[in-house]
Amino acid sequence: MSVPVRIATLLVAFLAVVAGAVFIVVHYLLGVGGPAVVDYTSAASGGQVNVVLQEDAQNSVSSKPDWVSYFVQNPQTKQWVHTTLFKVPANTRVNMTILGYDGCTPLRNNYFSQVEGTIGNTVSLQQFKDTGKPLGPARNVSVVNSWSHCSVGHTFAIPGLHLFVPVASPNAQLSANSLCGDSPCTAGPYSLEKFSFMTPKSGGEFRWQCFVPCGGGFLDGNGGPMQTIGFMTGFMTVAS
Amino acid sequence: MSVEIQPGSDRIQPVDEGPESARPWWLKQAFHTGLAVAVIGYFFGHWLGNFLASGYPQNGLSDSNDVPIVLGYAFAVIGWLAGLGVFNDLGRLVIGKPMHDVEYAPAGGLAKYFKFTLDHKVVGIQYLFGMITYFLTGGLFAMAIRSELLSPTFHLLSPSTYLMVVGEHGTMMMMMTSIILGPFGNYLVPIMIGSKRVAFPRLEALSFWLTPAAYIILLSGLLFGGFPFGWTGYAPLSVQAGQGADCYYFAFGLMGISVILAGFNIIVTIVNYRAPGMRWSRLPMFVWSMFTVSFLMVLAAPVLVGGAYMTLLDRTFQTAFFTNTLGGSSYLWQNLFWFFGHPEVYILALPGFGIVTEILPVFCRKPLFGYRIAAAGMIGVTLLSFFVWQHHLFDSGINPDMRPLFMLTTELISIPTGLIFLVAMGTFWKAKISFSVPMLFALAFYFNFLIGGISGVFLSDVPADTTEHGSFFVMAHFHYTIMGGLIFAFMAGIYYWLPKLTGIRLNERLGKLHFWTMFIFFNSTFLPLFALGMAGMPRRVFEYARNLETLNDWVSISAFCLGVSILIFLINVVMSTLFWREREVGNPWRSRGLEWQVPSPVPPSNFTVVPVVLSGPYEYGVKDAPPVADLDPPAGVISGAFVGAGAGPGAEA
Amino acid sequence: MAAEQAAPAQAEPRHGLRIFLIWLVLALAADLVIWFVWAPHMPPGDMSDSARHQQFDIAVLSVTGAPVILAVWVYFAYALIVWRKRPGDEEDGPPIDGHTGISLAWIIGTSVIVLAAFVFGTVELVGPAGAGAGEGPAPIWKISGITTAAWTPGTKDILQVQVIGQEWWWIYRYPQFGGFESTRLYLPKDTPVEFHVTSLDVIHSFWAYRLGVKADANPGVDNVAYTRPEQLGGFTVRCNELCGLWHGAMFNSGSVVTQAAFQKWAAGVRATEEQEGVIAALPGYALTYDPTVIRQLGADLVKVTGITGGNGYYYSGAQAGTPGPPVSP
Repeated sequence: MSVPVRIATLLVAFLAVVAGAVFIVVHYLLGVGGPAVVDYTSAASGGQVNVVLQEDAQNSVSSKPDWVSYFVQNPQTKQWVHTTLFKVPANTRVNMTILGYDGCTPLRNNYFSQVEGTIGNTVSLQQFKDTGKPLGPARNVSVVNSWSHCSVGHTFAIPGLHLFVPVASPNAQLSANSLCGDSPCTAGPYSLEKFSFMTPKSGGEFRWQCFVPCGGGFLDGNGGPMQTIGFMTGFMTVAS
Repeated sequence: MSVEIQPGSDRIQPVDEGPESARPWWLKQAFHTGLAVAVIGYFFGHWLGNFLASGYPQNGLSDSNDVPIVLGYAFAVIGWLAGLGVFNDLGRLVIGKPMHDVEYAPAGGLAKYFKFTLDHKVVGIQYLFGMITYFLTGGLFAMAIRSELLSPTFHLLSPSTYLMVVGEHGTMMMMMTSIILGPFGNYLVPIMIGSKRVAFPRLEALSFWLTPAAYIILLSGLLFGGFPFGWTGYAPLSVQAGQGADCYYFAFGLMGISVILAGFNIIVTIVNYRAPGMRWSRLPMFVWSMFTVSFLMVLAAPVLVGGAYMTLLDRTFQTAFFTNTLGGSSYLWQNLFWFFGHPEVYILALPGFGIVTEILPVFCRKPLFGYRIAAAGMIGVTLLSFFVWQHHLFDSGINPDMRPLFMLTTELISIPTGLIFLVAMGTFWKAKISFSVPMLFALAFYFNFLIGGISGVFLSDVPADTTEHGSFFVMAHFHYTIMGGLIFAFMAGIYYWLPKLTGIRLNERLGKLHFWTMFIFFNSTFLPLFALGMAGMPRRVFEYARNLETLNDWVSISAFCLGVSILIFLINVVMSTLFWREREVGNPWRSRGLEWQVPSPVPPSNFTVVPVVLSGPYEYGVKDAPPVADLDPPAGVISGAFVGAGAGPGAEA
Repeated sequence: MAAEQAAPAQAEPRHGLRIFLIWLVLALAADLVIWFVWAPHMPPGDMSDSARHQQFDIAVLSVTGAPVILAVWVYFAYALIVWRKRPGDEEDGPPIDGHTGISLAWIIGTSVIVLAAFVFGTVELVGPAGAGAGEGPAPIWKISGITTAAWTPGTKDILQVQVIGQEWWWIYRYPQFGGFESTRLYLPKDTPVEFHVTSLDVIHSFWAYRLGVKADANPGVDNVAYTRPEQLGGFTVRCNELCGLWHGAMFNSGSVVTQAAFQKWAAGVRATEEQEGVIAALPGYALTYDPTVIRQLGADLVKVTGITGGNGYYYSGAQAGTPGPPVSP
């Protein structure tokens, strides 16, 4: 091969490698195309911030329609964002509200039907009909009984803060025929849970996950959405 | 014996392609036709998989059907091989036509490197290019890992991306199982034993062409979200994992098949194709190492292929080999994998021993000290390596009385390994040591492998292993033995033998710069990992204790510098072979090896006639030592060497 | 290939002696530093008896290994300096191709060292009840103490702790206290502890670093490990076997407290969980954790086409979606 041909081959190979590296950096490192981070830091006031999540049985916004998923509400626009990443300020009382639209699944370990790590170690639980009217009064419970009834949908847990909260499923009677089937849910019966916890003084990234293995079709139920950020597991970033 | 003892009577003919040579280049079977048929095969297999299995409830619930991926890859590989022309001779046999003779590839031109060429020298160069590519790709993944580990709290990569990168790095490096046997073994072993060919050229070429397929399939795992279980593939996580896991098992299985074929060919070649006079006691040490490592390949790799196959069945058709809840056992995979896995690491280490014991006498100008001891060491390592695998399972809950037993066998294997050091030290005694670049890498091999080996003794001790197992201590141990050992030996081999393979020598100044940067930064990267492991950092984690951050930063920065040194190597290779092209056609190292007695690059038929070997390759300093071989023996000498050997084409000469 | 005796010329320095002396000095120095300066600080510390024994074991290995490494390094350095090729010298070296005596001495020497290491390792494994490593369901080397149904402080009772690994957190179960579960690991000082490590899903590994305990958590398998905490303080627990996405985040900490404090804590948690009915909801204590058996339901749960999964299929068909009384404790 003559010298110009060799130089040309070398140049082409070099550019191919550079292109591959750029693609990888952009796609994987900079997270272009990954789930968005919902920022609650500007919505905080008086040392408190209200964070709202919902969990749905299926989703119509991804390429995996059968996968259960959490959604986070944007505090300014009140739109539901398909993500599990959110940011809260440090040393703040987080008042979390979770709307549980998904039906019941047994806990792999019934220990997690206890509420642990919230302020007062309880959650406030109220059931709602698909018309949007409450089924009964809100009650403070420290355990969501999943063993004798079908009543836990998922859990919300931040193990690094020792926070473990079972998220109730909608009333079994009501949800027998009318569970919400799309996402984000706006109609259908749901359970409403409210609880609070303090974020630590120093910042950091705290992973959170669900302890109900709902990854149907994957061995032991912990595959699929359970291990995919943006569905049933994510990060709470504490910004100091 | 199938040595051609009658000059000119061999079946090997120069190239005559017949009607095929009249076709334009893009219709001749080569890389591009392989790729085209592979793509067609993939789509067919994918369709077939969906047709067969999309109705299973598991697939509906999980939205992931593994069957089309596996079948797609299977048909893609068959298509790739068919498009390359691998099955042509088989087809000819089946329909009764005569097979094409094994050809000597012509001396010039690059087209032969992109085809299913049967000349072992071409396969060697193809392997060299492939293995360097796989190594560099694995290295890029390593850079990503070290970037993430710069901080325990700030995460550059998401945890799933990090896991994916960790798995790809480890498995990609395992694609280099044949990193020495592939390029150097295939190219040099026939020449070193005085043969014009290998026993099974088609199997040898096939073993190479499986590796790009395995590489591409492994990389395609990135598109499926990767696999979350590292390179060890433990069940039941493997059965739980997403679609990327199929890429891992398929690629690894292909690599296993490639390794089996390559090893098998080498064994038969060495046993049957040695030139007259090449007794076992005159065999070069490198050939001994290729011989012993091939036994490991042939006996251990099938277990991997079987295990990978079983896991794929677990994942696709819901068999339950490795699933405890359904009557299988997660221990079964662990034992199958490590029964392969431990001989695998000796597959990686032994060729390193072979290269450095081959190089040492040349640059000490002395015979190899204790030839028989070195051979015994290699054979001992080979035999014992099958009896130690449960040391990977000391804490898994295996039968407790297995542990002293495997502690014993693992400690015993350090005895034959130590013999390699005895041989080196004896060769140094009163030698005349010159510090060429290959010798520098060989010396670094001994330095690194010593640290790696002694840390292995720490790991074999069960009480100490309680703290060290699964931590960065293990990582440091195997990086010292595999990278510090094998890769440094590979570099020694490249600097030593590239003039032989291509007729071009690598630039010496860049070589020395490469050596010093690689040696210094390699040690500065991996030595602290022993401390990190002992301080409690497990493997494959993206978060670690805050007080370990400084040490991790030191390691990461050293790793980046190590990457730069590999870049220097790459620049040296590219510039020397493409642009500077300093010719080297003689015997620059004044070596007595048989491969150095023929011109460089080696002519198409290796030798004009099969030589008669007259003495061993390590007779430096011996007064009046006969030359290594007679390359042009008078008529009748060769056949005379086989008086009474029975029927042969030259018997009546 | 006959072995030739290397006969040093009279005027030539005694290389072997020189190398030996240099090595002796360096090896002694290294061993003294390792044993007296470094050994008390070696990992994994001395918080428990298994950790202490491991620390001793690693110290002995270091003291044995350092002279071996130094021997090779000193020889290499000496050889590369003294026997390097002088410029202009193109002659070959002396044709020494072996020495039976030295080879035999080397083989015997390395064999002795290796076998001694084996014996020492076995002693250190057997003595401290398995050296903190997981011994599987049928341990051979057990810790000394009495196995009882209830643990009493101040006695020789062994405290049993079941460690349940699940993706991606650790749960600890205390069968001698009614079988309550807790996400926090507290252990009493100076008490023999028997860990039963198991998993609910994939393979994890329980690594309590400062306690010197490491045992893989396999689904459906009981992996027993022993230790005896001897100092108060905290220790980290990390998962040591890649178990999926959050393997790197699967770590928490445990504490060794006084026996009285431990008794108080355990009794308190037991009371709370009994009152809330949580204990009653857990499967009966067994050496492996089968989540498909729930006492109050009294029936096995249904598996979907052979693979245990979620989506409500744990309950038997008759019970899924059955209307029941409203949710209440």
